[in-house]
Amino acid sequence: MPDPILEIRDLHAATAGKEILRGLNLTVRAGEVQAIMGPNASGKSTLAYVLAGREGYEVTAGTVRYEGKDLLIMPPEERAREGLFLAFQYPIEIPGMTTLHFLKAALNTIRKHRGLEELDAIDFLALVKERAHLLDVDADFLNRPVNAGFSGGEKKRNEILQMAFLDPKLAILDETDSGLDIDALKIVARGVNVMRSQDRAMLLITHYQRLLNFVVPDYVHVLLNGRIVKSGGKELALTVEERGYGWLEEPHARISEEKTAP
Amino acid sequence: MATEDWIQDLPPHEYKYGFTTEIEAETAPPGLNEDIIRLISAKKNEPAFMLEWRLKAYHHWLTMQEPQWAKIHHPPIDYQAIVYYSAPKTERRPKSLAEVDPLLLATYRKLGIPLSEQEVLTGVAVDAVFDSVSVATTYKEHLAKLGIIFCAFSEAVQNHPELVQKHLGTVVPYSDNFFASLNSAVFSDGSFCYIPKGVRCPMELSTYFRINAPRIGQFERTLIVAEEGSYVSYLEGCTAPMRAEHQLHAAVVELIALDRAQIKYATVQNWYPGDSEGQGGIYNFVTKRGICAGVDSRISWTQVEVGSAITWKYPSVVLRGDNSIGEFYSVALTTHRQQADTGTKMIHIGRNTRSTIVSKGISAGYAQNTYRGLVHILRKATGCRNYTQCHSLLLGDRCGAHTFPSIAVHNASSQVEHEASTTKIGEDQIFYCRQRGLSAEDAVSLIVNGFCHEVFRELPMEFAVEAQKLLNVRLEGTVG
Ligand SMILES: Nc1ncnc2c1ncn2[C@@H]1O[C@H](COP(=O)(O)OP(=O)(O)OP(=O)(O)O)[C@@H](O)[C@H]1O
Ligand SMILES: [Mg+2]
Repeated sequence: MPDPILEIRDLHAATAGKEILRGLNLTVRAGEVQAIMGPNASGKSTLAYVLAGREGYEVTAGTVRYEGKDLLIMPPEERAREGLFLAFQYPIEIPGMTTLHFLKAALNTIRKHRGLEELDAIDFLALVKERAHLLDVDADFLNRPVNAGFSGGEKKRNEILQMAFLDPKLAILDETDSGLDIDALKIVARGVNVMRSQDRAMLLITHYQRLLNFVVPDYVHVLLNGRIVKSGGKELALTVEERGYGWLEEPHARISEEKTAP
Repeated sequence: MATEDWIQDLPPHEYKYGFTTEIEAETAPPGLNEDIIRLISAKKNEPAFMLEWRLKAYHHWLTMQEPQWAKIHHPPIDYQAIVYYSAPKTERRPKSLAEVDPLLLATYRKLGIPLSEQEVLTGVAVDAVFDSVSVATTYKEHLAKLGIIFCAFSEAVQNHPELVQKHLGTVVPYSDNFFASLNSAVFSDGSFCYIPKGVRCPMELSTYFRINAPRIGQFERTLIVAEEGSYVSYLEGCTAPMRAEHQLHAAVVELIALDRAQIKYATVQNWYPGDSEGQGGIYNFVTKRGICAGVDSRISWTQVEVGSAITWKYPSVVLRGDNSIGEFYSVALTTHRQQADTGTKMIHIGRNTRSTIVSKGISAGYAQNTYRGLVHILRKATGCRNYTQCHSLLLGDRCGAHTFPSIAVHNASSQVEHEASTTKIGEDQIFYCRQRGLSAEDAVSLIVNGFCHEVFRELPMEFAVEAQKLLNVRLEGTVG
């Protein structure tokens, strides 16, 4: 079995003074695609942000190891340069900076970090075209400011293109499949499948079985009240779609929640 | 540091030009009265018309009030506490660079402005103004061969009084506004530039202003005359030591472009901005105006304003000649407690005149940044066009951006177009960039430089690079 890329042990994290993650355990190995499902507000995005190092999300207990190193002490840009990529549930707009400029700066920073030569404008453009073609996305938006005025679907595709571009070791896709029409969904699925490789791991946060029709995950987890309460194969996603999450509620978890409530 | 504070908790300004030079100076006592004006005029051995003009300005100034309409705040200025004249002590005016005090040359070298000619490789002729007087003008002889006059204002008064008398105050009259009147009464030096008919000035002309002495007000005056069919590109830079008190800088610049002449005037303003609490810093209250007096003439102002505690300036163009063109490209960066109220006026008098305004305001910390502009197209000025683009960038949420564009069009055949936007860069944008591997500093500088691109490209290449660096330095520490 390959070494784990990501090892989360007993992770507790809070935001705005409220504990959201409450003892989460998860191991992801190279080559794996794992899916995380869970109801709204269960802490899926919180997990993604904690892994990416967003401020305002405080780890109160537990450890996260990334390729054997302590992830939690690294600043966000360091994590990114070390190969951790997050496709945002709500991609951020940056008016005034073209996507092309943005990607070039990001790619060259990461390449430098990896001891590779920086790409000049010509090589960079060639690479953009190649990746855009591979994913079957239109490269037109590269000349537009980052995500500014993009439709919801365009933003998600932009995230996938960036992923393909920055060549991460661990990609976390936070609901990249939400709000997409069927064609866009196929583009995203195609992106994931194209990028799937022996040395890369992917964590797909999703509400829908529908993405999993196109991308077959190695494991499916259910995140509930800040903890993984059930893990299984791809059939778990079908069960969840059919039965919802109610049957997975842990009675003791609810009680302890009530106890801590003011 | 908590993220919400990423942009507000700025470390103190890194202002590397904040040193002082210990040089013996001849300094007038503080305060303003007729005697001081007579003293300045006498020190400069001025002809009678100059003294008369100064005194008229002074008496007019006494009847005026400081303007109150700008969106700036400062404690009252005590005009009797200001020193109106201070000059490095020299036996007589240096005739060549070899006679300039080595301490002064060293000061300019430290500022990155080499004045000795073998050091000047960039092909930029420099006039350096130290406190109240001009200390050196490089490349003078070289330019003289082309008939170009580029010298200290006081020298022009001695050697070309007819030119000075003909043009002085024709664009900015001594009664123009409170600060311009004050300047007219007490200005001590500045630069003068005359480009004869049909001559294309082969190098960038540049003035470098340095305030050194404490409590001094700097009141320089620049006059540029471009005769028919001539061309000149002019650059102005400035710095001052870090001092706890505010210092006043009230300059006047007049540009005159005759038929088919073109003047490009660029400023990189980096006066000491004060500390992060708003202590000290320069009050930069400046009147800049050009007149496109002849047909097909063209004046463009490009400014990169990053310094000063308060900036109050509106480089303007009076478009009198038919088909003349006025342009204004501005980047104004304010951080900490800095305030800027800046913009332009384009006055269309001639027919088929055109103007372009591109204003980029950037605020961080608690700074306030205001664009104030006027586009005025007179009734007889038919077929005119104006295009205005006015964008603001807010870094964090404790700073402010304000725009006050006024448009007055008095005929139906003219067209104006106005575009405006305000963009906020906050923690979300910075986190997004960091998640893609960029440091917060790089992210801000990328965003800001992209934002300013249209203005920077108006600057001569090496100054665009300088301006970009300067902006990056001033933005350092604007992110946690
Ligand atoms: N910055 C914040 N301030 C206050 N509360 C927050 C913040 N971020 C997350 N929360 C709260 O934490 C809880 C978990 O949110 P999170 O975004 O992780 O849920 P999610 O599982 O991703 O939900 P969804 O499926 O709707 O995306 C929610 O109750 C949310 O309101
Ligand atoms: Mg979410």
